[in-house]
Amino acid sequence: MIREEVDGTARRTLTRTAQLLSALRLDGPLLVGLALIALYGQIVLYSSSGGDWDAVARGTTRLAIGAALMLVCAQLKPGFLRRISPWLYILGFVLLVIVDLVGYIGKGAQRWLDLGFVRFQPSEIMKLAVPMACAWYLHERPLPPDWRTLLALAAMILLPTALTIVQPDLGTGLLILMAGALVVLFAGLRVWIIGLLGVASAAAAWGGWYLLHDYQRQRVLTFLDPQADPLGAGYHIIQSTIAIGSGGVTGKGFLRGSQGQLEFLPERTTDFVFAVIGEEFGLLGALLLIGLYLFVVLRALHLATQMRDTFARLLSGSLASIFFVYVFINAGMVSGLLPVVGVPLPLVSYGGTSMVTLLAGFGMLMSLHANRKLAA
Amino acid sequence: MGARGRIKDLWREQRLFEQRSIAAVVVVCLLAAVLVARLGWLQVKKHDEYTALAQGNRVRTEPLPAARGAIYDRKGVILAENRPAYQLELVREQVPDLEATLRGLVRIGLLEEESLDAVRRTVRSRRPFDGVPIRLRLDEEDMARFALHRFDFPGVDIRTRLARRYPEGETAVHALGYVGTISEADLERIDREDYAGTSTIGKTGVEYAFEDVLRGKNGAREIMVNAQGRSVERLGSLQTALRNRPGRPGADLFLTLDLEVQRVAEQLVRGQRAAVVALDPRNGDVITLVSTPGFDPNGFARGLTRAEFAALNESIDRPLFNRALRGTYPPGSTIKPVVALAGLEYGVTTPDTAIACQGWFSLPGSSHRFRDWRRSGHGRVSMEQAVAQSCDVYFYDLARDLGVQRLHDFLARFGLGAPTGIDIGGERSGILPSPEWKKGAFKRASQQVWFPGETVIFGIGQGYMTSTPLQLAHMTAVLAMRGENYRPRLVRALRDPATQTVTSIPPAPLPSATVADASHWDEAIGSMVAVMQGGTASRSALGAPYSIAGKTGTAQVFTVAQNARYDESTISERLRDHAWFIAFAPVEDPRIAVAVLVENGRSGSGTAAPIARAVMDAYLLRQFPPPPGEDGAVAVPPAVVGGGE
Repeated sequence: MIREEVDGTARRTLTRTAQLLSALRLDGPLLVGLALIALYGQIVLYSSSGGDWDAVARGTTRLAIGAALMLVCAQLKPGFLRRISPWLYILGFVLLVIVDLVGYIGKGAQRWLDLGFVRFQPSEIMKLAVPMACAWYLHERPLPPDWRTLLALAAMILLPTALTIVQPDLGTGLLILMAGALVVLFAGLRVWIIGLLGVASAAAAWGGWYLLHDYQRQRVLTFLDPQADPLGAGYHIIQSTIAIGSGGVTGKGFLRGSQGQLEFLPERTTDFVFAVIGEEFGLLGALLLIGLYLFVVLRALHLATQMRDTFARLLSGSLASIFFVYVFINAGMVSGLLPVVGVPLPLVSYGGTSMVTLLAGFGMLMSLHANRKLAA
Repeated sequence: MGARGRIKDLWREQRLFEQRSIAAVVVVCLLAAVLVARLGWLQVKKHDEYTALAQGNRVRTEPLPAARGAIYDRKGVILAENRPAYQLELVREQVPDLEATLRGLVRIGLLEEESLDAVRRTVRSRRPFDGVPIRLRLDEEDMARFALHRFDFPGVDIRTRLARRYPEGETAVHALGYVGTISEADLERIDREDYAGTSTIGKTGVEYAFEDVLRGKNGAREIMVNAQGRSVERLGSLQTALRNRPGRPGADLFLTLDLEVQRVAEQLVRGQRAAVVALDPRNGDVITLVSTPGFDPNGFARGLTRAEFAALNESIDRPLFNRALRGTYPPGSTIKPVVALAGLEYGVTTPDTAIACQGWFSLPGSSHRFRDWRRSGHGRVSMEQAVAQSCDVYFYDLARDLGVQRLHDFLARFGLGAPTGIDIGGERSGILPSPEWKKGAFKRASQQVWFPGETVIFGIGQGYMTSTPLQLAHMTAVLAMRGENYRPRLVRALRDPATQTVTSIPPAPLPSATVADASHWDEAIGSMVAVMQGGTASRSALGAPYSIAGKTGTAQVFTVAQNARYDESTISERLRDHAWFIAFAPVEDPRIAVAVLVENGRSGSGTAAPIARAVMDAYLLRQFPPPPGEDGAVAVPPAVVGGGE
């Protein structure tokens, strides 16, 4: 009741901007949060690319494409989104199989599907399609889900995850898995099952060690002790922790990070851009970025709790949380907390299509929120 | 489970979702806290450690080679200096394929095929990120040729460095020495740190002996490098923290050499195998140190080709051989004044004791005749006459009376048989024989016995005895100073390049050669004056406005058979006697002591003495012979010089 009154008050004081946002089905605070992160990202890109304005221009173009897609997605009706979910999933699944087959026949790693005018990764579709399909599947069913539902969901999530991991693309595969799992978690998966899964995965990790190839074990060992192979596999982690550590509290200053500017830091515009931030802007700069991310995640979760139907809530909860999973995996990897997997820092890492996917997801979230009053 | 048939409870699901959202917020905040904790660990707790690592990553220390000290003669004329020179340098770690690069450089004519092995070794012996000179002194044409192909040779570049230059060329090369490329043998005894950024090292002479003083101390410059190890200058914003440690340039040296006198001496012996050493007897200063033939040290500083080095090293005249310090020759008659002094010292003879010289000497119970250089003999000679006419029989007799041990001990007082201790090192001791020496020098017992006949020829400086020209000049100086003895030296002062303060090196006195009766000096020196006045070298004293004491000598290269005669016309040039002359002047106040040796010069009086006279004129009177003619050849070939003892 109180919320209704606040809304009422707010409605009376709508500014022109708010009216515009409302008309576009956009959420102001969320948009501002995303925009600030994107701006931060472009500033850092200028430094990490070595003062390359062209890179900044390309990054901005990509952002604009993502923003446009977000705007489009925000206009889609929740019912439409729900109805296309299974079809999108099937489409993504078929494309994934095709990509894997092409890769298998061509005996080479394959992630891309070349349509002539554009190349894209079907796995990128699955980042959205899996949580959408899971939310769709749970929409009509009572929550918390029963065993049969859970088994069906497990199949829906694990198949595309496996198809992506064998590409091989461990990072995207994990993100697809997480996106689906988050839907299930938000759907009310019982706590004891979560605990059981935790124990099971720990056991699987222990047993899996004996199934790993030597080079895969090496990768794990490198993560545990980067100094064991300082110029080989450990190089990335060592250089990025040096960059972050040497940044200190206040950082070395814009364009003054020696690790990044002198090219000691590998992949400094893409996966390791967080190290550039840590080096040049220090702990304060990193905290600012983490704070912005937290704001976006919390705002998105807040929007999700206001929604009325299951599909909207579950999808929104997943989309909001997965955003932070990106951040945690990337920052954890760059700062040496987690092994190196290819997960970009959302809206800050240069290149890749994940920024577009993420923004499309936020567009859907805004649509779901803007249309929350509509009966599903 | 009982879920079957359940219907959706919207209110309950709403609450469930809210609970899960709260859980999600908690988990997100926990994970964010983990991240922040990790960042705090890296950026606060471990900040210093990582700062050091980042600094170590980007900063590389580059040596700033210290400028080598210059060398001046006693009047401040420059003898060795540094000039910018262009050289080809290679940084191993920046060269993708060392072999291909070296072959490519051979193909465009910048390296020689034969030098490849040496270059390869040098490159491998240095640190991979240091620039290694692989070709010194490029001329304009070389540089143009390289510029054309520069992009084919990553990691190879032209660098400007200070290179040693000897403006006087060959002059005084055996005193100055030279710098040359650091060899593998050098690398074993030097600290590589000291030579980072330089490729040359003093090899001989002053350049070698005063290497540590001349070299100075390298500075260091921190340069910023990127991950590929390339120096990056453009990122000015990162350079503020770079440190520079300035080096200390090497000290300048002032030599005791008198360049003008040196030139005169060299001019006089040009074309001959000869050595001239002139000392200031009052302090041991080396006024002149000549060994001919010489060579141009600039060649070594530039880097000789294999062929050039072979030509120098294999020449029969041995231009690289420092005859003044390392040439050991029988001193011959030049030691007679000292032997005479020994006779007086030990009371074996008196100045007035005369003997009859009939042209030969023999020991009792032996038919072996020790011949005098004058076959007819000198008749009755006293000590002064014996020295003046260089009567051998007198000294055969005196040597027998003295015995080998006393002869040895007394000559040793004049520094014979031991290094003089000249400050550039590299000298040889020669041999001052004694029965004890003979035991050590020979392996077979039958050869270790000292024979009386060996004492006899020892008296005229023949037999086993050998000396260097430097030793004889030193002996002459001690005679001139009546026993006062100074260590010969070439460097008299150092100048600190920073403060320009000149530090003089005081002369180094050695234990004096003492005699019981000081008047015996007058007898010995008087006999040497007689050599110049009516004696064997009187022609060389003609017209001298100062008094000279001297002594001629010849050193046998070849032993004439008992019943044969030394006939130079039948003996090949290189078996002819070596010519010696020693002298000092003015007698009353000695300022110069000279020893001249001309290999196969035959006659001390005819060949060596005029050279000594000209050196003394130049030094004492500043009178210089006319400069050499167009072709530079002024000296008369030794075979044409007439006269003889």
